[in-house]
Amino acid sequence: MDQFEVKALFGGDVSWYTPTNVTLWMALTVLAASALMIYGARGRALVPSRAQSAAEMTYGFIYNMVKDVAGHDAIRFFPYIFTLFMFVLFANLLGLIPFAFTTTSHIAVTAVLAFTVFLSVTTLGFILNGSKFLGLFWVSSAPLALRPVLALIELISYFARPISHSIRLAGAMMAGHAVAKVFAGFASALGAAFFVPVLAVTALYALELLVAVIQAYVFTILTCVYLRDALHPSH
Amino acid sequence: MEGDIAEMGKFIGVGLTAIGMGGAAIGVGNIAGNFLSGALRNPSAAAGQTAMLFIGIAFAEALGIFSFLVALLLMFAV
Amino acid sequence: MEETAAPGTGMPQLDVTTFSNQIFWLVVTMVVLYYVMSRVALPRIAAVLADRRGTITSDIAAAEEFKLKAQQAEEAYKKAEAEARAEANRIVEAAKAEMQAELDTQIAKADAEIAAKAAESERRIREIRDSAMELVADVSKDITSDILGVFDTKADARTVNAAVSNRLKGSAS
Repeated sequence: MDQFEVKALFGGDVSWYTPTNVTLWMALTVLAASALMIYGARGRALVPSRAQSAAEMTYGFIYNMVKDVAGHDAIRFFPYIFTLFMFVLFANLLGLIPFAFTTTSHIAVTAVLAFTVFLSVTTLGFILNGSKFLGLFWVSSAPLALRPVLALIELISYFARPISHSIRLAGAMMAGHAVAKVFAGFASALGAAFFVPVLAVTALYALELLVAVIQAYVFTILTCVYLRDALHPSH
Repeated sequence: MEGDIAEMGKFIGVGLTAIGMGGAAIGVGNIAGNFLSGALRNPSAAAGQTAMLFIGIAFAEALGIFSFLVALLLMFAV
Repeated sequence: MEETAAPGTGMPQLDVTTFSNQIFWLVVTMVVLYYVMSRVALPRIAAVLADRRGTITSDIAAAEEFKLKAQQAEEAYKKAEAEARAEANRIVEAAKAEMQAELDTQIAKADAEIAAKAAESERRIREIRDSAMELVADVSKDITSDILGVFDTKADARTVNAAVSNRLKGSAS
């Protein structure tokens, strides 16, 4: 579990402003995202290069996701959702580098991200729709007797959203890294048969690459789904 | 046999939480399989529903991750 | 729950003492990333995409225009061809008509000439016949008066002439 430890970069205790490995890997995340989106797209060519093409595809992918899932009026939140996606994606991917620190494997980080989304979406829902936002919990298509029960269930599931939203990401990241660590431990314990766990770790690593991208995608698309509920609560 | 009985209970509990991951595996397999059979019936509609597929998989998988988290908490935090 | 056990035993994720540090740096990172993305990267890429869309649209419009021009050129060509054909037909018709007219006049002229010649011949023939008739009348008169002379019948020359002319007229008609 020491791969998840928060350490001060220059020694000493960890207080709230100390530069730690969290700082380092978050800075690298910003650098990597900027490298793709700014340095990669610096040509501004009519016929894009490979890096520019990748940057444009990322842009178009998130843009269409926001538009299709959350609706046209959610486009004004596109920069924020894009920032979330880039942060989670590159934090996940950089965390897969051996000896790296995965910032998104920490509940504290993902919980802040998820609660920011939760609070802003809830506030937005009340600002835009007023008390009609509560209609989200009052399922008008259900029989009247069932509605209070459903409202309670909806309410609980609504407040469970940020918890599942954050724990899903942190848990998936932590699980992958922990399993990789366990398999790597087998490799040194097995001696001559070391290649079996090494092959397993290789396969696991490929799976983790997929998981890193999918978790970033899922985190973003769930943000879009919550945003849609805030913008159009009536259903 | 060294160790106290609380330690043993902890490890039994961790083992039991692993069953939860099996449930998540069944759920994810169910979603993916149903998506595939639906997509093969109407391939033209499949492309628009991949987002729903991933959302469904994410929800099903989250519960498996919760059980994994409970296992970790039992192992290291309790 | 035990408070932060020794490193390696507890979960670092649950070490509350590092939370403030992580949250602080996360907020800094998110703010920086948000500004970098929303102020620099996204407008730039949006501009490039809009630029490309504009170029593609204008190119398609230009292609459409060229296609239209080609169609117009083809139409103009077809029209010119049809005109040329009509012109040629017209010229052929005109030439034909001219030739016909020429032919007609020539034929008319020839006809007229022939008619004139025929009339002349007729006239000559009539003249010749008339003169021959006159001769016959003279000779008849002479012979009649001679015959009358032989029969010693004294006849008036005028009476003889009238009788002879009468007979000749009746045989001639």
